Amino acid sequence: MLDAAADPALLLVAPTGGGKTLAGFLPTLAELARDPRPGLHTLYISPLKALAADIRRNLMTPIAEMALPIRVEDRTGDTGATQRRRQRADPPQILLTTPESLALLLSYEDAPRIFAGLSRVIVDEIHALAESKRGDQLMLCLSRLSTLAPGLRRVGLSATVEDPAAIARFLARNPDSCRIVHADPGPDPDIAMLETDAPPPWAGGGGRYAIPAILDQVRRHRTTLIFHNTRAQAEIFFRDLWLANEDALPIGIHHGSLSREQRERVEAAMVAGELRAIVCTGSLDLGIDWGDVDLVIQVGAPKNVKRLVQRIGRANHRYNAPSKALLVPANRFEVVECQAALQAVRDHDLDGDPRGPGPRDVLCQHILARACSGPFSADDLYAEVITAGPYTALSRSDFDACLEFCATGGYALRAYDRWRRLMLRDDRWTLRDPRAARAIRMNLGTIVDTDMLKVRMRGRGGMPLGEVEEWFAASLTPGDTFLIGGQIVRYESLRELTVEVSRDPGRTPKIAVYGGTKFSTSTQLSDRILRILGQDSWPDLPAHTARWLSLQREVSQLPRAHRLLAETFPGEDRHYLCVYGFAGRNALQTLGLLLTRRMEEEGLHPLGFVATDYALLVWGLDPVRDPGPLFDLAGLRAALSGWLSANTVMKRTFRNVAIIAGLIERNHPGMRKSGRQATFSTDILYDTLLRHDPDHLLMQVTREEAMRGLVDFSRIEAMMVRVAGRIDHVSLPRISPLAAPMTLEIGTVSVEGAGRERLLAETARRLMAEAGLESAAHD
Amino acid sequence: MPHLDLRRGGWRAFSCGIMRGGYAFTFGGAALVALPSGALWWPAERLLAVADLHLGKSERMARRGGPLLPPYEGAETLARLEADLAACDAARVVCVGDGFDDNAVELDGDEIDWIARMAKGRDWTWIAGNHDPAAMTCAGHHMPELRHGPLTFRHIASASAQAEVSGHYHPKLRLAGQSRRCFLVARSRVILPAYGAYTGGLSSADPVLASLMDGAGIAILTGQACHPVPLSRPGGKG
Repeated sequence: MLDAAADPALLLVAPTGGGKTLAGFLPTLAELARDPRPGLHTLYISPLKALAADIRRNLMTPIAEMALPIRVEDRTGDTGATQRRRQRADPPQILLTTPESLALLLSYEDAPRIFAGLSRVIVDEIHALAESKRGDQLMLCLSRLSTLAPGLRRVGLSATVEDPAAIARFLARNPDSCRIVHADPGPDPDIAMLETDAPPPWAGGGGRYAIPAILDQVRRHRTTLIFHNTRAQAEIFFRDLWLANEDALPIGIHHGSLSREQRERVEAAMVAGELRAIVCTGSLDLGIDWGDVDLVIQVGAPKNVKRLVQRIGRANHRYNAPSKALLVPANRFEVVECQAALQAVRDHDLDGDPRGPGPRDVLCQHILARACSGPFSADDLYAEVITAGPYTALSRSDFDACLEFCATGGYALRAYDRWRRLMLRDDRWTLRDPRAARAIRMNLGTIVDTDMLKVRMRGRGGMPLGEVEEWFAASLTPGDTFLIGGQIVRYESLRELTVEVSRDPGRTPKIAVYGGTKFSTSTQLSDRILRILGQDSWPDLPAHTARWLSLQREVSQLPRAHRLLAETFPGEDRHYLCVYGFAGRNALQTLGLLLTRRMEEEGLHPLGFVATDYALLVWGLDPVRDPGPLFDLAGLRAALSGWLSANTVMKRTFRNVAIIAGLIERNHPGMRKSGRQATFSTDILYDTLLRHDPDHLLMQVTREEAMRGLVDFSRIEAMMVRVAGRIDHVSLPRISPLAAPMTLEIGTVSVEGAGRERLLAETARRLMAEAGLESAAHD
Repeated sequence: MPHLDLRRGGWRAFSCGIMRGGYAFTFGGAALVALPSGALWWPAERLLAVADLHLGKSERMARRGGPLLPPYEGAETLARLEADLAACDAARVVCVGDGFDDNAVELDGDEIDWIARMAKGRDWTWIAGNHDPAAMTCAGHHMPELRHGPLTFRHIASASAQAEVSGHYHPKLRLAGQSRRCFLVARSRVILPAYGAYTGGLSSADPVLASLMDGAGIAILTGQACHPVPLSRPGGKG
């Protein structure tokens, strides 16, 4: 570490919890001990506020022991106003902060003075930041810092990643080189699938069947982390685990929906070694090392090998002893996925999809923030921006379009010549109205909160069940059933900010909503699954799963890598089409919406569909005789553009883009706009732009983002290219072994041919009748 | 004596010609039709009332150094108004306040011409609103409030009013998972939904609106068609 202290950029790759953070500070302590000086020397940036506070405590010890004249302070959203002012007037030598607080500091007019003497910047957990807009914003901020403090050295601290060179390019000032230092990764992890007496169920998630075996493992280890992919599953599992916890082993739960106090209590208990197990989610993916963890259990398919490896690294406290981890497939198909993940971990084959160039909404925000700190020349700012890793390929015309958006809104109709936001004075761009700076500063940051609504049982003192996202609640109609807190409920009404539900006796919830997920099975893992399915036999798989796959091969076919298997079969009074796309849940969900749209056009009367990470099952009134033409890529693209235009997914994506780019203010001096109002007005702005200015910058950004994110059409395109028309249609007399579990999946999407207007009319009519007011029928 | 007949026969859908989807009701002795666009039509007087156009809203936000919203809301709003005027063949137009987002708004020349074109041959009244208390230089006359037959048009509902048509609150109501702008109709007052494109809304369950409506009457949801719902509903309000 000290060898490379003079390098302009350095990336330290070490497994989770390798003590790399303190290593990052060594050169700082050495330099300040040798040559004490006032003023800011090192800036430490972490994605977590809590991490900054923790690092401060850890640094204080060596500094006090060596009696170094070094002040270490943190500055986050929680820092008080007096402290903030003092930090600007008299910065400490080491300042610990977050990307958002740094962006805010840089937007002040005195930023050049504050950062003039800055020597080093340390970016912690850079692998996590590199996956989000927070990282893009941070790299733009670093480009500014390098201008204010020439000679600034950058250090990135990363967990194990598939492509360290990509993170290095992300971090380094273009075209500086970036040395990559790999810490000893230690021995390979000791990782296996958990053996259970009962086979996993055919469908569903949660891993409840494995609770006895998991409790047994908890008993045999000091501290076990039990990871789940979703909060809801963690909650249900935690409840069931306690029901079976006859020894009353101390077991806690930790996830992002818990209150801060609750989380801090659990963290303190872990550090004190008081807990034998913690049921948790991604909320423990980052951060300092908690307690003496000697076993990690991953419940449910890992979906992504890189994250799995990082999670496994949570159990590596004994020097040179392998991390120990167990995978618990939640259903029969996940057995295959877990097997694929085990192979990938052993082969050190980490996955990761390249993120593409830095998004332009973040650049727009950066330009506005830059204007707050003082006048700038477009040439200088462009030259600075393209030194930031994510923006090295940004063209001048794209930059100019972003600048134009900030200055005039960038509309086809030139409307704001008099009231532009940025003006050109003496060849330098400046805020027309300096008072605007306050509102711009208040809206810095790229984390757009989703508004959550509480769900509770209807009636007096109704039991609270949990929270759902606002957009999900808005898409429900009375009578829709969905799953929350482990039970099926029926949506009744939205009162104030609470979703009221009643108990539903039904067995299968019908979620009439487009439910995107952050976690789709990665492309690499999907490819490995296909390779396993292509084996002649499966000695590595549990016997129940091997038998199931053999039966599928006898009855139908197994999906193959460069072909697309489409099965059709009748069942009860419906006809089914099952497509094994292996493109991840978001993409297959989109494919479901597009295919049913095309089937509707062809008069096949589709009724609904369900998508998993592996396959799509569509049902309707008429059989699909020839699936081939349905998959014509041009036809799918046409269906997509028709479907996208008025789609809630697009509107949600647009809202995030509009907030980040500064078109919508989340916060306004003197008032906080409620999330509800923001949702309403961005929908109208989206509709307006779609009609009058469909190629507006923010519409372009919205489309790009949705294609990669919730819509994930890029993976459908990749799938179609891979398949290249090789579609194997198998017509069966009854459901196939592989398709059977699909019918048990929850998350069914019903096809809304009937129309929401009719539903509204019927509800209104019923309410009028109930109130004793007659409303004549009208059409 | 103004009255609102909430019983059988007092309500009927209006479904002839282009008014399809409108909703007819009797208020203060006047037979009125709520239109799906959010305008109120009084066929006997050939009078069309609209509230809260908030023309120039994006310009006002820009002037104050705020975000530069898509500058198309004037065209959106005026195009809708023009379609309503043409469909009804209205002779009188009453804009019930906040026609302009403030008095300093400098409307686009095209928009001024557009208003002049629509006002030609029609009796056009701009009622003063809290956003635009003074007259603007454009076609039509400006009044603090307007009495026409049994009805009084003013911007902000007055607690003691009778047979009053007002705007100001931008009422909305959520039903079947959808939030819609709505008319609020009670015995003594009608509150119109906001007609302008960029206008947020206030839930009709808000205490201010609930007390003005006295917990009774109906809301008429707008959109593709009008849908009336009772305001004091079994199982809860708003």
